[in-house]
Amino acid sequence: MSSESEVYTYGKAKLARKILPWLFLAPMLTMIFLSWIAPVILTVYLGFTDLSIKNFLAFIRNFFTPEVHITLDNFRKIFFGEDPYISEVLKITVLYVVSVLSINAFYALFLSISIAYFIKNEFVSMFLRVSWLIPRIMPGIIYALLWNWFIDPDYGMLNKMLMLVGVPETMLPHSWLLDKPYSQILMIIVNGYVGASFGMIVYTAAIKSIPPDLINAALVDGASDFQVAKNIIIPLLKWPMLFVISWQTLSLLASYEYILMIWGAGGGGGYAGIAKAAGVMVWSLYSYSKAFSEYAYGYASAISLVLVVVGIVLIYVYFRIFGFKKLMAPSRIEV
Amino acid sequence: MARKKVVKYSRSRALLWTVAKYLAVVLIAVIPLIPIWTMVLWLFMQSFSSKVIMGIVPAGLTLNNWRFLWAPLKMGLKEYPNIWPITFNTLALALGVSGLVVFVSVLGGYALSRMEFKGRTPLMEFIIALHAFPSIILLIALFVILNKLGLYGKGFMTLVGIMLIKAGLEIPMATWIIKGFFDAIPWDIEWAALVDGCSRWRAWRSVILPQVLPGIGAISIFSFLSGWSEFILVFTYVKNEAYYTLPVLIYHMIGEYKFIDWGLLSALGLFFTIPTLIFFSTSQKLLLRIYVGGIKR
Repeated sequence: MSSESEVYTYGKAKLARKILPWLFLAPMLTMIFLSWIAPVILTVYLGFTDLSIKNFLAFIRNFFTPEVHITLDNFRKIFFGEDPYISEVLKITVLYVVSVLSINAFYALFLSISIAYFIKNEFVSMFLRVSWLIPRIMPGIIYALLWNWFIDPDYGMLNKMLMLVGVPETMLPHSWLLDKPYSQILMIIVNGYVGASFGMIVYTAAIKSIPPDLINAALVDGASDFQVAKNIIIPLLKWPMLFVISWQTLSLLASYEYILMIWGAGGGGGYAGIAKAAGVMVWSLYSYSKAFSEYAYGYASAISLVLVVVGIVLIYVYFRIFGFKKLMAPSRIEV
Repeated sequence: MARKKVVKYSRSRALLWTVAKYLAVVLIAVIPLIPIWTMVLWLFMQSFSSKVIMGIVPAGLTLNNWRFLWAPLKMGLKEYPNIWPITFNTLALALGVSGLVVFVSVLGGYALSRMEFKGRTPLMEFIIALHAFPSIILLIALFVILNKLGLYGKGFMTLVGIMLIKAGLEIPMATWIIKGFFDAIPWDIEWAALVDGCSRWRAWRSVILPQVLPGIGAISIFSFLSGWSEFILVFTYVKNEAYYTLPVLIYHMIGEYKFIDWGLLSALGLFFTIPTLIFFSTSQKLLLRIYVGGIKR
């Protein structure tokens, strides 16, 4: 009798041990399903439909309404030039990603060598690091507000500062938001400030983890700080650099909040027209504007779907290159 | 004699290197910060001044820029919604996101850190993959889901829907961070409690939880701030002005008030930044650690 109940409680405990983790995980899995998995599946589906403002309500009432057609038209538009604006968007996106990426990956390298190695005073070094983090930490809309002020030709400081260092007035644009090469330069700089701190954080942690003996030995042998940077630090930063480049490629491809906020708020009128006129319509913003200012939800999803596929492929590649352990490592870095 | 010469030569060379080094530091790390410092200084100076000279030198102290706190804002015929209900919306969104994120991710993080179950490693990989995946491109599908749930155009309920979505987007990262805090607690402490006859739940509540309080503090502040400054979800899904949050109000006001009243905009901006300033001045170390761990781009 007693042994039977023992077996019973043992079995119960075993069952409880199996179920308990899932009870703990259930809320998390539900939320992840709602915010990540369902939307990804839905984006795939919507990309193959002609969902727009016309059949949207019917679709919400019934996901399988005959008013929504399954079609490949969206992809024909994207890949076979039926949407003439796509090639322009692609050009701007390449310009955007490549330029901001080089700030984030390479400029940040020199930045962190300067801050973490050349400057020996801990207080100054910390002060500069925090200053570089300001654009990232500050709420996005405030960043947009500050830039809108800074570039204002009458009230702002940008044109005045440039004139102070000797840039002739004729070379300055009337409007940094709208005049074309200038608006694209602004787009790169604004996002570069936010991204530079990413590289800085990753590299600084890597530089601090280089054994001091290695550097001291070189210094004793008469190497200058520049030689140490070139021959010891940079070669050791190969992996962190690859990490920054691959991680940032994906986030830059998908990022458009700052462009939307700065051009949308400052341009007056709708963000879509302004972004087109200013030549800052990047791929993800194009998808957003197709959906929420032209209400072509199906087509917009197809444009997003391209990014979803690119994202999944890139994430797969990260796992292959870096492995699970290395990907987790950046979560444990101290500034 | 010859030796002295060598020393002298290497000394002047070292001096040259030092000069070059600091020149590089100034060019690379200091000069590009001038615009950022200027902007931040301007925000503070402008908000209390009727005029600023060269962007940062205040002239004429005034509180007129802060009139939105006690008087309705009018622009021609258009009247902007009162600031306090909008602040309430923002606060509700931020607190809701923060509460949900903490509750869900503490449970999930504990299970991932401490429990053995099938599929633990794949689940952790999946969470890291989600962290890398840019959620912002899912906005259209989330719009459809919001509509399907009947939460679109429903006033405050729309904000509740946004709260759910935002919390869901923050949860993978928060879970990961809190898992790190759980990992740092030695098994022995929990073990001791269990041996002394605590139930697992009891051990969790009275032994483990107090140890991860800093972690909980960190993710609650972090998710509060991210809900507080959430822009794009509210901008896209809320069309009724009464349910705007502060970032969306500021967005619309920049377009109307630039050229006319930078003082008002800066005061409004500073008002909105107060929580960020408070949290960063009180728990800077903790937050920097999270910002560093939780960086997305």
